[in-house]
Amino acid sequence: MRKVAVVGAGMTLFRRRLQETGKELSFEAARMALDQAGIEINEVDAVIHGTAPDAFDGVHMKGEYLADGSGGARKRYMRVFTGGGTGVFSAIAGWWHVASGLADVALVVNEEKMSSCQPHPQSVFAYIWDPILDRPLKPNLVWIFAMEMNRYMTVHKIPYEDIARVAVKNKRNAVGHPCAQLADANITLDDVVNSEMMAWPVRRLDISPPSDGAAAVVLASEDVVRKRKMKEHAAWIKGVGWCIDSTMWTDRDLYFPEYVARAANMAYRQAKIDDPRKQIDFAEPYDPFDYKELHHLEGLGLADKGKAGLMTREGVTERDGDFPVCPSGGLMGVGNPIAATLGIKIGELYWQLTGQSGKRQIPNEVRTGVCQAWGDLMQFGSVMVMGT
Amino acid sequence: MTSRITKWPGVELGRKEIETGKVTSVRYRPDAKFAWSAGEAMSRFLAELQEGRMIARTCNGCERVLFPPRMFCEECFRPTDAWVYVRDTGTIETYSISYLDTDARRITEPILVGVVSVDGASPKMGVMHYFGEMTKDEVRIGMRVKAKWKPREERVGSVLDIEYFRPLREGEG
Repeated sequence: MRKVAVVGAGMTLFRRRLQETGKELSFEAARMALDQAGIEINEVDAVIHGTAPDAFDGVHMKGEYLADGSGGARKRYMRVFTGGGTGVFSAIAGWWHVASGLADVALVVNEEKMSSCQPHPQSVFAYIWDPILDRPLKPNLVWIFAMEMNRYMTVHKIPYEDIARVAVKNKRNAVGHPCAQLADANITLDDVVNSEMMAWPVRRLDISPPSDGAAAVVLASEDVVRKRKMKEHAAWIKGVGWCIDSTMWTDRDLYFPEYVARAANMAYRQAKIDDPRKQIDFAEPYDPFDYKELHHLEGLGLADKGKAGLMTREGVTERDGDFPVCPSGGLMGVGNPIAATLGIKIGELYWQLTGQSGKRQIPNEVRTGVCQAWGDLMQFGSVMVMGT
Repeated sequence: MTSRITKWPGVELGRKEIETGKVTSVRYRPDAKFAWSAGEAMSRFLAELQEGRMIARTCNGCERVLFPPRMFCEECFRPTDAWVYVRDTGTIETYSISYLDTDARRITEPILVGVVSVDGASPKMGVMHYFGEMTKDEVRIGMRVKAKWKPREERVGSVLDIEYFRPLREGEG
C-alpha cells in the first residue's frame, strides 16, 4: 500500500441554521481545502462524500444531490454513510482510494444540514429505530445515550461531575476555534451540573447541539507530496480501522464500546503502535455527549476502563496537559453537524500536526494523534492515526 | 489555519428569519406510509406476545438462547435451531428518567425507560421497555422486574402488549 497524506483542510462555520444549501456549504469547504493544499479540481482523481441520514434534508440519494457541490461531477465519486461514524469514515474511504493506487489525489467532503428538518431534527431520528421492537415505544434519541451513560457510570461508579467536566473543558477549548457554535470561556462545572434535566442522567449541557456545516480534506499520495513539494504542510495517515457491532443493541453490555476497541486495534496494528498511551500524543475522540469522550478514550485504549474521568479531573486531558483530548473544542464546543465533524476530528489532527491550529495549538510538540468517530445505533467505530 | 483564513464561510440564520419568511425558503411535507412484513422470527415473537408469552431461539453453535429471537445467529452465521420460551421476568440492565417525549418536547411527568435482560435468555439479552409501579427514585440497575401484560382482549401482537415492567414481588418468579 502507498503512503497517504492529508495536504489541506477546510470547513465552514458550524451553526444551528445556515443560509447556504448543502451544496453551497460543500463547495465552500471543498474549495478551501483545495486552496490550502494548492491543488486544482482537475488534479483530483476521486471524490468521496460523507453525509448522514437523508431524512434531515428530505432528499433521498443525498450523495447524488450533493455531488456537484463537492466537486464530484464527471469524476470517480462515491458517498459513504456510517451515521456519526462518517465523520472519520469518509476519510478512511479517501485513504483506500489513494493507498490502493486507484487515485493519486482524493477530495473528501462531508456535509450536514440538520436545520432543514422542522421543527427539530429529533423527529426524523425516530426512523433509525427497529420498526418492530423499538419504534412502538416511541423512543427519543437521547434515551439511548442516557441508558448508555447510566450503564457506564453505574458499572464503574463514576461521579456525574467527572463526566460534566468534559463539557466544561471542550466548550472552553472551542473558544479558540473560529467556526465554533457553542464556545464558552466562562462556563463552570456548576453551569453543567445545574443545567436542565433532559433524560436522566443526561442534562442539557451534556449534549452537543444540532448544527449545519461542511468540512473537507485533500488526500495525496507520497509521490504527489514529493513532486509538489507539499511536505511542509502534510500530515501522514499511519493507520485506519473500523468495526460495526450487532444491531441487537439490547443484547450488549453498553458499559464498554467493544467495536471502538476493535477499530482502534486495527488502526494501531497498521500504525505499528503497541503502547498507545506512550506512542500517541493527543486525541480527538467523538464527543456528541460529554460521557462519550470518556467512553471512547477507554475504547481507544488511552485510559483504563472506568478511569478516563480521572484523567479529566486531574487536568491530564487539557490542551496544555500531558495528554490533550479534543483540543479543537470537539462536538460539545464547536458543534455537531454529524458527518461534517470531519473538520474537528480529521481536520484538527491535520492542523495540529502541521502547526496550523493558531490559538488552539497544543503547546507541547505533537507528532502522533488519533481521532475517532462513532455512529449508527451505538454500534460503529471509525479510527484514524495520523503523524508527522 | 486561523492565520491564513480570515473569513469563514457561512451565514447564520435565526429561527425567526425562517419562520417569518425573511429568508427565502421552500416548504414540503412528505407523505410516506409503510407496512413492514414482520418476517419469520418476529411474526412468531409477536404472536406469542399476544398469548402473554415471550419466546427465544436457540443456537447450537454458540449454545446461546437468543432473545429477541432471530432465524440466524449473527455470531456463528448459521440458522438458529429451536424455539424456546423464556420467562416474563428479568433484571434492569440500564434505564433513563426522561423529561423529553419522542419529539424532544419537554414533559413534566417523566417516562421511565430502560433495558431488561430476560430470565431464561443468555446473559445480557433483553429488550427496551417502560417501567411502571415504581417511582423515579426507586428504579435502579439490578432491580428484578416482571412484565405487566395488557388484558388478553387488548393484546394485538406488539411489544406494547406488555404495558411496562414492574418490580418483582416477593414469592414471584
